Amino acid sequence: MAYSDKLMDHYENPRNVGSFEKGDDSVGTGMVGAPACGDVMKLQIKVNADGVIEDAKFKTYGCGSAIASSSLVTEWVKGKSLDEAMAIKNTAIAEELALPPVKIHCSILAEDAIKAAVSDYKQKHGK
Amino acid sequence: MSQLKLPIYLDYSATTPVDPRVAAKMIPYLTEQFGNPASRSHSFGWTAEEAVENARAEVAKLLNADPKEIVWTSGATESDNLAIKGAAQFYKSRGKHIITVKTEHKAVLDTCRELERQGFEVTYLGVQENGLIDIEEFKAAIRPDTILVSVMYVNNEIGVIQDIPQIGEICREKGIIFHVDATQAPGKVKMDMNVLKVDLMSLSAHKAYGPKGIGALYVRRKPRVRLEAQMHGGGHERGFRSGTLPTHQIVGMGEAFRLAREEMDSESERIRMLRDRLWNGIKDMEEVYINGDIDQRVPHNLNVSFNFVEGESLIMAIKDLAVSSGSACTSASLEPSYVLRALGRNDEMAHSSIRFTLGRFTTEEEIDFAIALLKDKIGKLRELSPLWEMFKEGVDLNSVQWAAH
Ligand SMILES: Cc1ncc(COP(=O)(O)O)c(C=O)c1O
Repeated sequence: MAYSDKLMDHYENPRNVGSFEKGDDSVGTGMVGAPACGDVMKLQIKVNADGVIEDAKFKTYGCGSAIASSSLVTEWVKGKSLDEAMAIKNTAIAEELALPPVKIHCSILAEDAIKAAVSDYKQKHGK
Repeated sequence: MSQLKLPIYLDYSATTPVDPRVAAKMIPYLTEQFGNPASRSHSFGWTAEEAVENARAEVAKLLNADPKEIVWTSGATESDNLAIKGAAQFYKSRGKHIITVKTEHKAVLDTCRELERQGFEVTYLGVQENGLIDIEEFKAAIRPDTILVSVMYVNNEIGVIQDIPQIGEICREKGIIFHVDATQAPGKVKMDMNVLKVDLMSLSAHKAYGPKGIGALYVRRKPRVRLEAQMHGGGHERGFRSGTLPTHQIVGMGEAFRLAREEMDSESERIRMLRDRLWNGIKDMEEVYINGDIDQRVPHNLNVSFNFVEGESLIMAIKDLAVSSGSACTSASLEPSYVLRALGRNDEMAHSSIRFTLGRFTTEEEIDFAIALLKDKIGKLRELSPLWEMFKEGVDLNSVQWAAH
């Protein structure tokens, strides 16, 4: 399969790999997917006092497209408010990385990961 | 390392390069000795026929068989079709039951499926965790109306060697025709048709440093095995398989099998050392598992699952190695290898498997490069893997409620 240069760049040099302390109050953690389906994404956001995502980290078990999609969204969510982050659509991810049709589910998973992380953060703060 | 040519070919069970000595022998039969071996009226035909018969004798010699027992085909797929359909159709008045194994090549499995559509009944035996069939289970599957058993010699994915001598004894005792797909065996396993109670055996040239598009079917004469021909025409190959013989291809297969016979012992020893070197180089990474029995196995094959690494990203990461994966990931739905599933490996382990198959031109330098690459890339992918992180934290992944998607 031929992948775009952007995708290959994110796959070969993934951004923001790692983990934050799950119990940290300023951290929201989203884990989506299942090993049996071939991909699991863990996305974490660190939110500052103004409600802005100041940092993000990920780990992904999955194909090159899944790794690239999650790497990309860690870059995109930084500096955004929670609502802005929630507005990121899978179609934008798919377009940015020129995902082939059989890999669209990777971008959907990345969108789900953002939603799960934001929702985890909100839950921690009783919202 | 400067001499290394990338990617490194470690997929010798998919196909092999033609040995230069084989190619050299083939070429004159394309340009100069181009006659039709069936032409009886001039020297072009006689020369070609002699070359064909010399090659037939070489193929027979590797098996310790009679040259008259060798029928040329286009490859093992055709041999499997001719053997299984040909025997089933010829002996159908005796019964309609066939036994084969779930880990056979598609050339056998799909042929059996076709026979099911024609009214035959097929039992697909499972295998044990080590990839070998359970002989007692096999015996129990035999019915009074069983006419044909088809079991492969060497598995193409995991390299395990089935107990063909014993299965042969059982079939002979019961008067059941026994077909063996031995595509992956020449040059790797010693075969003696005077000892083995095998009636039909499929062979291919391109897995043994011969050209693609040529193969053979061994058809036993004592006791005689009959077949319904699948290809009709000029009555070549004593009516078993019509079609003008491709002299150059046949010459190539003959030379390839001659070299296999002469070099098998020293070559297997060398390849075993390289295979062991590869395994010793990677086995200390945690969570690495060999698929298939380690002893009942050809020395050329190492099939390994790297736990907590996803199959497609693994293939992308090691693109400097030309290997096969247990995952057909170009399709929309990830299809794990049916062979690994038959061993009881779960989908994740099947997807994260790599088949390394070594061969005549594999070097120590290539193996060392492969080891270093695997350690580096798998280390990186595990750094990226949330499953690896959870495993390291002691989380039981089976107890996790995964959000389905
Ligand atoms: C076990 C086995 N049987 C049959 C075949 C088909 O052989 P051929 O390519 O000669 O048709 C192969 C090759 O892929 C094989 O490995």
